[in-house]
Amino acid sequence: MNLDLALLPDGGVSWLDASGDHADIVLSTRIRLARNVEGFAFTGRARDGERLRVLSQVRDAAGEVASLAHSVLLRVDELPAADRLLLHERHLVSRELAGLDAQHPVRSGAAVFLGPDVGVMVNEEDHLRLQTLRSGFGLPGAFTAVRQLDQELGSRIPYAFHDEFGFLTACPTNVGTGMRASVLIHLPGLVLTKEMSKVLASLQQMGLTYRGLYGEGSDVVGNFFQISNQTTLGRSEEELLEQLVRVVKTVIEREEDARRLLLRDAGYIIEDKVWRAYGTLRYARSLTFEEAMNYLSGVRLAVGLKLISGLSVYTLNKLLIFSQLAHLGHAEGRALTESEANLARARYVRQTLANEAAAQE
Amino acid sequence: MLCDNCKDRDSVVKLVQIVEGSPKELHLCEKCAAERGVETTVAAPPPELAKLLQNLQQQPLLAGGPASPAARDAVRCTFCSATLGDFRSTGRLGCAHCYGAFEGSLRDLLRRVHGSARHTGTRYEPPRPDALQRAVTLGELRDRLKRAIDSEQFELAADIRDRIRVLE
Repeated sequence: MNLDLALLPDGGVSWLDASGDHADIVLSTRIRLARNVEGFAFTGRARDGERLRVLSQVRDAAGEVASLAHSVLLRVDELPAADRLLLHERHLVSRELAGLDAQHPVRSGAAVFLGPDVGVMVNEEDHLRLQTLRSGFGLPGAFTAVRQLDQELGSRIPYAFHDEFGFLTACPTNVGTGMRASVLIHLPGLVLTKEMSKVLASLQQMGLTYRGLYGEGSDVVGNFFQISNQTTLGRSEEELLEQLVRVVKTVIEREEDARRLLLRDAGYIIEDKVWRAYGTLRYARSLTFEEAMNYLSGVRLAVGLKLISGLSVYTLNKLLIFSQLAHLGHAEGRALTESEANLARARYVRQTLANEAAAQE
Repeated sequence: MLCDNCKDRDSVVKLVQIVEGSPKELHLCEKCAAERGVETTVAAPPPELAKLLQNLQQQPLLAGGPASPAARDAVRCTFCSATLGDFRSTGRLGCAHCYGAFEGSLRDLLRRVHGSARHTGTRYEPPRPDALQRAVTLGELRDRLKRAIDSEQFELAADIRDRIRVLE
């Protein structure tokens, strides 16, 4: 384990602090802008030397960019696999940049600038992925921050831009604004009332899409859905954001309605379900990640419905992230097998909930 | 196959019910399945892009361009040496210049993916030319030369070699 997490601004987890709007339902807001540097083949086709030159250009520019003044540069290509997984579990780098799939090993020149507010992945699918991640539902603030970074970097590094097609990207699904704005939202009420598939179908009709906890290609676990714009071309950043804000507000309202309905029509069933989830988390001796996620979803719902008190959303957020494989391994100081991780996970969850309960007494 | 219920949308789910002891199959679209309480979409939706890429080969590239699908696949970007066939198989373009090289095919693809092929968002002015100059380095030309040789683009390679000589 080479990575000293204390070096990262706020440990890279300030987005978990539940300080944002609607933080009990919306875990986080993320915006990323895809940009490529003019004069180089895109990352997937570039040679090692080209990728390293892209990185060095960004490093030179970053020194003069106010948005990155307090950032840390991590050479992802020089980190061991466990640390790369750790960064991915913390939602700081994508699966692709971390090179976690056997068929896509980590690329030379893969790096990430992590600042307190904004960051840049270098040599992901595109040369640059400018990004910001923050607590709760806060798209306008997130956009202001990432646009500022974009303007500062773009005035020092020549981006690949086309008059008709906009910002050019390796994948044509990102071309134009290069912007993907998303919110990670917890929707157990809509899932339990079987309304979810209707909501998802209407999202798709409106040019929005959804993914799982870790973005593209990931499964939905623990009733967490990542809702984002699907299209990036033909509408301005402001129009895309406005629509996403409007839709997410409606989804939040529908989730709140569904929760009220559940409580009214099936109060004792829900109460029993969430307390069983809490009991399992509080006393189980072995938990798989999926189990933990599903029970945590139940407990999160209970906290939202005020059925369980004295448990903070911040603690629940931390449990989601720190009960993952690489985080458990990092805490133990060694790589864990799956069954060891299940034991370590149950122990960690148990202790955290016990501490929280003790603090209340 | 059309949905057995609404007979309008494509069916996406097969529902097997046991009616009076014997199984009865129902093919339903997402909407009708949802109305019966069947969750169909809790896994991430499949990317549309793969399907659209398959159609690319069928479309004419540019007026007067190569006619046969194989010839279209062989159209090559002169900057990074990627072909339209490479793009079709990976879904990723090789470089910014590919957008010019495959413009005709891409414009149509972009319309299908985004509903538009014209950027209306933030405009961008690159930094002053003296800063741009730094991007075109000898090393970059050498990378392009290697790529051209790897893909047996000897005419292009000779051209790049000449430019390297001038700079050297």
